[in-house]
Amino acid sequence: MKKGIFLLTSVIISLSLVLGIAGCAGTTSAGDEPMPPKQRLRVATTTSLYDTGLWGYLEPMFEEKYGVEVDVLYAGTGIALEYGMRGDVDVITVHSKAREETFVSEGYGIERVPFAYNYFLIVGPAGDPAGIKGMTPEDAVKKLYEMGSASFISRGDDSGTHSKEKAIWKAAGYDYEAVRGAGEWYVEAGRGMGPTLLMTSEKQGYTLTDMGTFLSYQGEASLVPIVDKGGILLNVYSVIAGNPEVNPKVKGEMAGNMVSFLTSPEVQELIGKYGVKEYGMQLFTPCAGAEPAS
Amino acid sequence: MTEVWQGFLKALELIITLDPEVMEIAGRSLALAATSCSIAALLCIPLGSFIHFNSFRGKRLIINLTQTLYSVPTVAIGLFVFVFISRASPLGNLGLLFTPAAIVIGQVLLVSPIITGLVISALSGVDRAVIETAVSLGANRFQATALVIREARFAILAALIMGFGRAISEVGLSLMVGGNIRGFTRTITTAISLETSKGEIELAIALGIILIILALAINIILNRLQHREE
Repeated sequence: MKKGIFLLTSVIISLSLVLGIAGCAGTTSAGDEPMPPKQRLRVATTTSLYDTGLWGYLEPMFEEKYGVEVDVLYAGTGIALEYGMRGDVDVITVHSKAREETFVSEGYGIERVPFAYNYFLIVGPAGDPAGIKGMTPEDAVKKLYEMGSASFISRGDDSGTHSKEKAIWKAAGYDYEAVRGAGEWYVEAGRGMGPTLLMTSEKQGYTLTDMGTFLSYQGEASLVPIVDKGGILLNVYSVIAGNPEVNPKVKGEMAGNMVSFLTSPEVQELIGKYGVKEYGMQLFTPCAGAEPAS
Repeated sequence: MTEVWQGFLKALELIITLDPEVMEIAGRSLALAATSCSIAALLCIPLGSFIHFNSFRGKRLIINLTQTLYSVPTVAIGLFVFVFISRASPLGNLGLLFTPAAIVIGQVLLVSPIITGLVISALSGVDRAVIETAVSLGANRFQATALVIREARFAILAALIMGFGRAISEVGLSLMVGGNIRGFTRTITTAISLETSKGEIELAIALGIILIILALAINIILNRLQHREE
């Protein structure tokens, strides 16, 4: 008898949950349900836009304006592009120009639309054990490589920041695979920007970070700017709507709305003001559609 | 160590104030694990019975395979399910990726071997005399089977408890196919993962304590049910 009740209860629970879950699976109906579930727009974002809290800030605004649920997926640029190619997300916000251009030219995205920028910088311990403060990025990494003692923590996750790091190594004249195998001082974290900063602080090493995430983690990571001058350090964030012609399930229209939203004058102003009160400087500089020349 | 104590205090605070976000993810963890377990039970009790009561070629192999699958890594299942339900794949049209339904699918796959295997063990533990007596008293095949299952209910419930425990505590699967989306597919375990990587150790510990309390509570309830049978 007791077992019967238990079984019955679990069957009832499962049925109600399955029905509830089916309702949330994001299918838009053609009006045959009394209250159709809200459309879900999926955005894959680079971790730096998430760790700064910018998405947490913008998400409710977009949801209210367009009456949809926004699902923000925390990803590195590499996996965000992969999700975009598979059509698993409708919009991506990333920061790796070359790969974005390939993404669009291969048809997966409609257009690469820059909407904000800031700068990368190399941060490290206040004592600067490697003595690289004030150098150019290329010279700084060269010294780190030659010294082989001070830790450098790489994102190691194919993200936009990781791509920039690889570009700096290349500009300094190194083959990246050689750098990877150079020794224990080179650490591949395999995590997002915020978590990587924490790891760098823990190890009292150096890392490449974007200004926005660095500022928002200043309370928790004991690191200071070490190298912040150099054209190569420009960091441009772009939004790309998925192309429904290649991936029919992509919500093309709402994705387009996201692009318009991020480049609209009101939101551009909000992006520019984001974090200024708290950190005393801009985390992101708005640049709707037109990126600065590096 | 102070972090653990702070975490404990934070856990109390979150529980007493019924913090909405924590309640939401706790409810979700419970609901997903309960659903997956129930579905797996409906599938695997019959399956386990079938395997146990019938002789066929490869029976030993199937049982071994089932037991091997007890320890399949959750990320591996996550990857497998991801590839199957991603929009780029044949089943992609169902739009299941990054939804709670995807987590349920994965968890059903995760706990099915455990429930099947332990059901088989449970049934094996029932004295042969039970089935022989039933048959001699005129029970048909179906009635005899049902009787043995009833005899083994204690151990079968233990199998479900085990499956539930595995489902509610996994991270890799939920992260990969659920996407840890706030307000939609975030569970206690994925939240712990996120908060830890953000450096919010106190909050992560608090969530961990809440998860343990939840798991204990469920276990106590189910144990009461088990013992009422005796």
